[in-house]
Amino acid sequence: MKKRNLAQRTAFLLIGASAVITFALFALILGYVLIKGMANINWEFLTTYPALMGREGGIFPTIIGTLVLTGVALLIAVPLGVAAAIYLSEYTKGGIGIRIIRFAIESLAGIPSIIYGLFGFAFLVTFLKLGFSVLSGAIALALMVLPIIIRTTEEAIRTVPDDYRQASLALGATRWQTTSRVVLPAALPGVVTAVMLASGRAVGETAAVWLTAGGALKLPFSLHDPTRPMTLHLYYLAAEGLSLERAYATAAVLLVLVLVVYSLAIFFRQKFGMKRR
Amino acid sequence: MMQSAKISVQDFSLYYGAFHALKKISLGFPPRSLTALVGPSGCGKSTLLRSLNRMNDLIAGVRVEGRVSLEGSNIYDPDVDVVPLRKKVGMVFQRPNPFPMSIFENIAYGPRVHGEKKRSRLQDIVEQSLKSAALWDEVKDRLDSPALKLSGGQQQRLCIARLLAVEPEVLLMDEPCSALDPIATEKVEELVMDLKKKYTIVVVTHNIAQAARISDYLAFFYLGEMIESGVTRQLLTNPTKHQTEDYLTGRFG
Ligand SMILES: Nc1ncnc2c1ncn2[C@@H]1O[C@H](COP(=O)(O)OP(=O)(O)O)[C@@H](O)[C@H]1O
Ligand SMILES: [Mg+2]
Repeated sequence: MKKRNLAQRTAFLLIGASAVITFALFALILGYVLIKGMANINWEFLTTYPALMGREGGIFPTIIGTLVLTGVALLIAVPLGVAAAIYLSEYTKGGIGIRIIRFAIESLAGIPSIIYGLFGFAFLVTFLKLGFSVLSGAIALALMVLPIIIRTTEEAIRTVPDDYRQASLALGATRWQTTSRVVLPAALPGVVTAVMLASGRAVGETAAVWLTAGGALKLPFSLHDPTRPMTLHLYYLAAEGLSLERAYATAAVLLVLVLVVYSLAIFFRQKFGMKRR
Repeated sequence: MMQSAKISVQDFSLYYGAFHALKKISLGFPPRSLTALVGPSGCGKSTLLRSLNRMNDLIAGVRVEGRVSLEGSNIYDPDVDVVPLRKKVGMVFQRPNPFPMSIFENIAYGPRVHGEKKRSRLQDIVEQSLKSAALWDEVKDRLDSPALKLSGGQQQRLCIARLLAVEPEVLLMDEPCSALDPIATEKVEELVMDLKKKYTIVVVTHNIAQAARISDYLAFFYLGEMIESGVTRQLLTNPTKHQTEDYLTGRFG
């Protein structure tokens, strides 16, 4: 009896310790970057152009670069991903073809992001002659986040009770009416979660845009202009020893943005979970 | 009973894969009356009900033989479109299943999918349907509040109202009171008694006393077969088959 108690207590202690260590690591990284970065963040840093390749000045165009790349990537990936999720969950019965498609989506999620960058460079930039541009970068990002959107949306659609579909079909609604007017609205919080998770990934991505978006330190005025997101700027600042101070400040801005996006995702996910009674 | 039937089933068999769930059923449902389907659970009552508006099409591996005639034409003919069929032959489920929308939107859903767009017309339909389902007085001040906030009994009457809004001719109800308390059950029974003056109604029920109260005709099922059918009062007082008698005297679950 005593032995079992001891075993139980040890187990709890170990589990508790790992939880504490995980949280401590998270807090450490976050705290370190924020403390080192915040000191150099001010209004000017956020709103002016970099000078001398980033040794001086702010990061304004890279903030815009991140937002534009993420926005365009979502415009491409969300409709495509939601449509694919609807098709997979509502219109298929799971034959061999569907199993292959699912396997492909799972694999797509596991591909290292630098491969998306390389593919983007070879196919989009060079072969399709889209050049180093917002469009090339956004397409590479879109491909990268597509599996997240498909999987999260599919999950949300699956949790919509079958009762709703039956009720709708029994009233003489068509399959498509049932999907678009009952199933999708009921799954909407899940779709929003999917979009948030995908934005988080896209905002934080470096490798996929490195070989596709170019790296110009100016504002992109069209889809064909090159741009440089914060992640890439941070990489150059640190790797080329331009300004470690500004690298930390950029990292802090990036981190805050990602935290906001993921918090929204968690918020929506929780609201969604509660609605399921 | 067969000749004047609104909807009738002839030599109808249904298989779930290899499982023979309905065996050569023949039965007619007369217009403007209520037919109750009774029998021990698992005997095929819900299966038969779902066969009448082809909701069974949604289940993989279902195969049918025989006919189901709605006003003389077979609903299983290959060129039949299930959309207008289900508009004509509507269904109320065992568990109340309103959509996660407002009361108004729930009722307006059916007319909308069938093409009604005018707001004023939709308002009329919603009011009429709720009145016909004896729910109007309880909800008229909160048509925009979520349907899922209603009580179970109100939800079930809402589902009936939602069904009436598409102007069906036949109402199928699968144990519509089994999830309700006695008071809500009484309300739904009253409603159904009123509706059968206008519609052809088929109700599956576990409850013989309920069948006795609300039905004009009764059909008794056992292990996928229809054992006997007839006018409710006669069948209850004078069953001719021993399975029916055993069931009525409570020798099955
Ligand atoms: N989707 C299904 N797949 C396979 N068998 C089913 C399915 N639905 C019902 N059955 C079987 O068919 C028989 C009749 O079921 P059901 O019509 O639900 O009976 P009841 O409504 O009388 O209780 C039961 O043996 C049941 O197990
Ligand atoms: Mg049943």
